Amino acid sequence: MLKRVHFGPSLLPFLLVAPQIAVTLIFFMWPAGQALYQSFLIQDAFGFSTEFVWFENFQLLWEDRYYKASFQRTALFSISVAALAMGSALVLAAMVDRIIKGVMAYQTMLIWPYAVAPVVAGALWVFMFDPTLGIFAYALNTIGIDWNHKLDGGQAMTLVVIAATWKQIAYNFLFFVAAIQSIPKSLIEAAAIDGAGPLRRFWTIIFPLITPTTFFLLVVNIVYAFFDTFGVIHAITQGGPAKATEILVYKVYNDGFIGLDLGGSAAQSVILMAIVIVITVIQFRYIERKVEY
Amino acid sequence: MIENRPFITVLAHITLLLGVAIVAFPIWITFVASTHEAVRMTQVPLPLLPGDQFFVNLKTVLIDGVGGSGATPVWLMMFNSMMMAMMISIGKIAISLMSAFAIVYFRFPFRMGFFWMIFITLMLPVEVRILPTFEVVANLNMLNSYWGMSVPLIASATATFMFRQVFLTIPDEMLEAARVDGAGPLRFFWDILIPLSRTNIAALFVILFIYGWNQYLWPLLITTKSEYFTVVMGIKQMLESAEQSPDWHLIMMTALLAMLPPIIVVLSMQKMFVKGLTETEK
Repeated sequence: MLKRVHFGPSLLPFLLVAPQIAVTLIFFMWPAGQALYQSFLIQDAFGFSTEFVWFENFQLLWEDRYYKASFQRTALFSISVAALAMGSALVLAAMVDRIIKGVMAYQTMLIWPYAVAPVVAGALWVFMFDPTLGIFAYALNTIGIDWNHKLDGGQAMTLVVIAATWKQIAYNFLFFVAAIQSIPKSLIEAAAIDGAGPLRRFWTIIFPLITPTTFFLLVVNIVYAFFDTFGVIHAITQGGPAKATEILVYKVYNDGFIGLDLGGSAAQSVILMAIVIVITVIQFRYIERKVEY
Repeated sequence: MIENRPFITVLAHITLLLGVAIVAFPIWITFVASTHEAVRMTQVPLPLLPGDQFFVNLKTVLIDGVGGSGATPVWLMMFNSMMMAMMISIGKIAISLMSAFAIVYFRFPFRMGFFWMIFITLMLPVEVRILPTFEVVANLNMLNSYWGMSVPLIASATATFMFRQVFLTIPDEMLEAARVDGAGPLRFFWDILIPLSRTNIAALFVILFIYGWNQYLWPLLITTKSEYFTVVMGIKQMLESAEQSPDWHLIMMTALLAMLPPIIVVLSMQKMFVKGLTETEK
């Protein structure tokens, strides 16, 4: 961690870490502490009085069926996004591994949705599925499906899942391509000599060997679906219709900034922070244990 | 290639082309929508081939903005986005280079304490702690300013980690040689460490630029004056303000403009982008 050859103590290292530490303290430690403190407070609707209530906010959340519903919804949403984005990226990566010509061209064409902002992605998809004008809504109507994500909760969820997935495929694709390429060619050749076909080689050699990447991506995708999809949902449904797409992050925003329930929103923030910390710890523990070939 | 199976090769190409088509279709539709006039964009079915109004729409959006008189022109939003993205990426790179240098090359009290403090910030995305962070920024009078838009977001640990990793791979002989030649810590940092980590800085810049440009919730909360609106949040406001009959041709033109800079960065620095992505995340 420290270099064997290093500089002795002086004021300089403190000056060097000072900006980073200052930003961390002011914009991270302090707000996180505030969130924790606020989660123990209940404020009346007009902000006149504040009462310290220990864990009542958490207890209220525990009893709140909307919060539980939001939890389930978030689970459904993130599992769908992770499964779809990883599945399609893996298929594409496996296909890229089969070809020789045009690898770079395909890669270029596949990666750029990563650069599109979530809310812009949301705008594109909401345009294509606009119930009266949208090109897909029109196509669906002609084959007899009545599309209106502004009224139908299930359709709204489908749309946000599609938009969130679309943005994440690029990322997964790059990692899967790198993982597949790092498998020693001799293993694949040996299997081929033993008579294993492409599909069998994929399932018995390639897929098991990229498990670390798959697990890493699973964590990243779930974190993405939990937190980074705020813009997608804000642009497409604003959590509606009737809270059908209100995932946890959106609820923190909605209850805090729109509903002005500061204590409840802070308690939700604290729960989300706990979730992030647990996910990060799991990720670090697992990644340290490299899979042996 | 291990064996020659033309059928599978063809299948692979077809699958990839299909994938590309699905991934690219929304962008094509956006482009098409941005080239038609308002009237055409209200007739079902919408066009699938581009029209001839591209430059007219481009001019309207850039100079007049969307949503009638008083709307923020998109060139200003693009400028704000650019400011925010540049401040976030340069700020992050600068403070991370410095703190990684201190942690790797100096022995000083609380070294590990500082390291863990930075490490903890890895965990919390801004979405999770928006409300209290908003209050802090409001108390510091940083609402409606470029500083307020960027500084709270440069508190992140990923960059520090990456530079720490890079510095640890630099051989000790470098420092010994520099010392023999009489270089002090700052000179060593500036003349040896920074040039040696140039490619990593570039790779990180690509990722951070995209991250900064695409920030949405944070600028949405802390900017109330339209002269600070960014293009990414501008799109949402256009969708909202025109709930009844959105000017899709103009909104899609704005969307196109909002996607352009990060896409250009990714495509023109593709190698750096892949490097940055795989090295910062692992």
